[in-house]
Amino acid sequence: MTLALTEEQTMIRDAAAGWAAERAPTTALRALRKDALAATGHDPALYAEMAEMGWTGVTIPEAEGGFGMGFAAAGLIAEQLGRTLVGSPLIGSAVVAGSILVMAGSAEQKAAWLPRIIAGDAVVALALDEGPRHDPARVALDARREGSDWALDGVKRPVFDGTAADAFIVVARTRGGLSLFLCPADAPGVSRAALRQIDSRGAAIVTFAGCRLGAGALIGAEGDAATVLDRALDRGRAVLAAEMLGSAQAAFDATIDYLRTRVQFDKPIGAFQALQHRAADLLAELELTRSAVRAALAAIDAGDADEARLASLAKALAGRTLRKVAQEMVQMHGGIGMTDEHDAGLYLKRAQAADMTWGNAAFHRDRYARLSGF
Amino acid sequence: MSTSAAPDAEAVDDFRREVRAWLAANFPPSLKGHPALLSGHDDLHGPPEDHARWKAAVAGKGWGVPTWPVEYGGAGLSEEQADVIAGEMERIGAFQPIMSMGLMMLGPTLLEFGNEEQKRRHLPPIARSETQWCQGFSEPGAGSDLASLRLRCEDRGDHWLLNGQKIWTSYAHHSDWCFLLARTDTSVKHRGISFLLVDMKTPGIEVRPIELINGISHFCEVFFSDVRVPKENLVGEVNGGWAIGKRLLQHERTGLSRLRGAKAHVLDLVPIARRYQETDADARLVDGDLRGRLAEHLMTDHAYRLTLERRRAETEAGAKPTTPVSTLKNIGAAMGQQRGELAVELIGLNSLGWAGDGYSAEELELTSQWLHSKCYSIYGGSHEIQNNITARHELGLPSD
Repeated sequence: MTLALTEEQTMIRDAAAGWAAERAPTTALRALRKDALAATGHDPALYAEMAEMGWTGVTIPEAEGGFGMGFAAAGLIAEQLGRTLVGSPLIGSAVVAGSILVMAGSAEQKAAWLPRIIAGDAVVALALDEGPRHDPARVALDARREGSDWALDGVKRPVFDGTAADAFIVVARTRGGLSLFLCPADAPGVSRAALRQIDSRGAAIVTFAGCRLGAGALIGAEGDAATVLDRALDRGRAVLAAEMLGSAQAAFDATIDYLRTRVQFDKPIGAFQALQHRAADLLAELELTRSAVRAALAAIDAGDADEARLASLAKALAGRTLRKVAQEMVQMHGGIGMTDEHDAGLYLKRAQAADMTWGNAAFHRDRYARLSGF
Repeated sequence: MSTSAAPDAEAVDDFRREVRAWLAANFPPSLKGHPALLSGHDDLHGPPEDHARWKAAVAGKGWGVPTWPVEYGGAGLSEEQADVIAGEMERIGAFQPIMSMGLMMLGPTLLEFGNEEQKRRHLPPIARSETQWCQGFSEPGAGSDLASLRLRCEDRGDHWLLNGQKIWTSYAHHSDWCFLLARTDTSVKHRGISFLLVDMKTPGIEVRPIELINGISHFCEVFFSDVRVPKENLVGEVNGGWAIGKRLLQHERTGLSRLRGAKAHVLDLVPIARRYQETDADARLVDGDLRGRLAEHLMTDHAYRLTLERRRAETEAGAKPTTPVSTLKNIGAAMGQQRGELAVELIGLNSLGWAGDGYSAEELELTSQWLHSKCYSIYGGSHEIQNNITARHELGLPSD
């Protein structure tokens, strides 16, 4: 496992950086707050461009119709998209839902959805959380057999990318334990309501009331979903941690620029040691996070036994670091950092949402401790 | 430092097999699992004759400093080959028996700035761990502001004459030689400093150990009264010592941050937690607050070790490492200090021992280590000095 970048990886990174800076700067995120795009929670035109560049197929193996470039590559793309806070279903649909289908989907399920995920024509969202606390082991949404069908009843919230989803992968409790179901968004008995989130992305409340699905909707074996779900989530968490690293790095870079140029008491405020030392401490946090993110992605690519622990390490550090950097971005910018016009608030709000997604830093600290045997 | 070209994968495999065979034949099984050495002055456990045999064997191969040229006591190997040796030693529970301040700091500095005569005279004994060196930098009036040092060095024609004092000189009382910075011009600050090599047996040198808060003294005061130093012991140019000293401090920072990384293998907090703290049926610590803080520390420490690994990989790939040495030094110090704090918290009231039979040797050692760890953020450039360097040189923030 190497933690330095190869030449190919550097090229992927630079391509993503160029696209994000040119096509999706933070003004693109601000556009999501307008009514036209608020209904989907992402810009379909930009997502189509991302799919055209192949990013939606990066983590899906070639045998399944993807490009099989691996998670380290996906992380580099996500990192660059994170710099400008690009809001898209890329990680939720192509990485998490895509991984579940690759690992446990039937031939029919794969054929129906993987090509569309890769083409960017369809968004598949994971319907997992049910309340304030992310805790996959305690999912309660009920699924029971009715003849050869399945009946689903319960409420999922928030479902990330839920407003734009063409299908959901629903985590449900069946007699045997946790099970996964593939459910088209327009299936009878399924309704959704948009949640207006602080990060302007398209989350939803999805209600299953008398929803009946055929036998072919079950993904994998009944009651056997916990492992697949964990592994797919870890892939999503590691790539999301890379995105968060990019956001944190961009927030940091903007703040350092401001420290160099903002003059008070006849000198740049960056000449004050109190601010210099806080900036130096943030750099240390960023470097630690970078190492954890690279290691988690490399471990997934290598099939390393420690991948779960490393994914939790990366996600926890990314949460801690992004929140800290975004908070300091606001503080060091002073009054202007509190205004909606400035980007500092966008980073702060995304930091909160990204940290909370698929387990916050405290969740992953507990998980890391458990996986370390204490 | 490497003289050979980067070998291909097959050559690396061949080399690995060679290393394995050699280690199997030469590493004394009695020393298996011995903690990594952090300086040339560690307590050794196990049969002394086995330690001597192991050290001589590694020295004979030049594997204490594998990347140094053969003529200076090294093995002329690449960084990658050196990693193979280190990795294979770790795999079988062996350790590097050749470790000293001379090796970590002076060696690389002399390779860069020393003349041929100095390199041939001083490097091979360092490579064999036969001479111990100490570092004469800090003075009572020159700590963080090192360039204000005043140890007087006069040109007396056929020799240099030293008068003054050094302080915080680690292991001076056990050292054969000292590399030091002295003032050769009092009219300027940074450009009036020279770099000298001084034999500690020279008449006029007096060493007094300083007892620290944990009751141990590895730091010393060193007094120089009319100490005569041969002319050939000047490294580089007269008044050109500051640049050499600064480079040496870089080696020190890298070395120190690596040491703290190595130490993580020595002191594992989880088994201590299991022995001293209540756990539930799932082996979790019942004290949720302590468990959370222990996890937070172990995660940051894990990321720190991954950062050292990433830095090495970037260096080998010929890229500029993204993590500055000054940042690494501060993280390493913080990790060592957090570890010390958590260790004494885990053993609770049993950490209050100073001496005697009422406390186990391990408990006394943990408490001593905790106290000693306070100096991690002071020596080798304090936490604050490192942050100044990071802010100004890495982040480009303006000077006050």
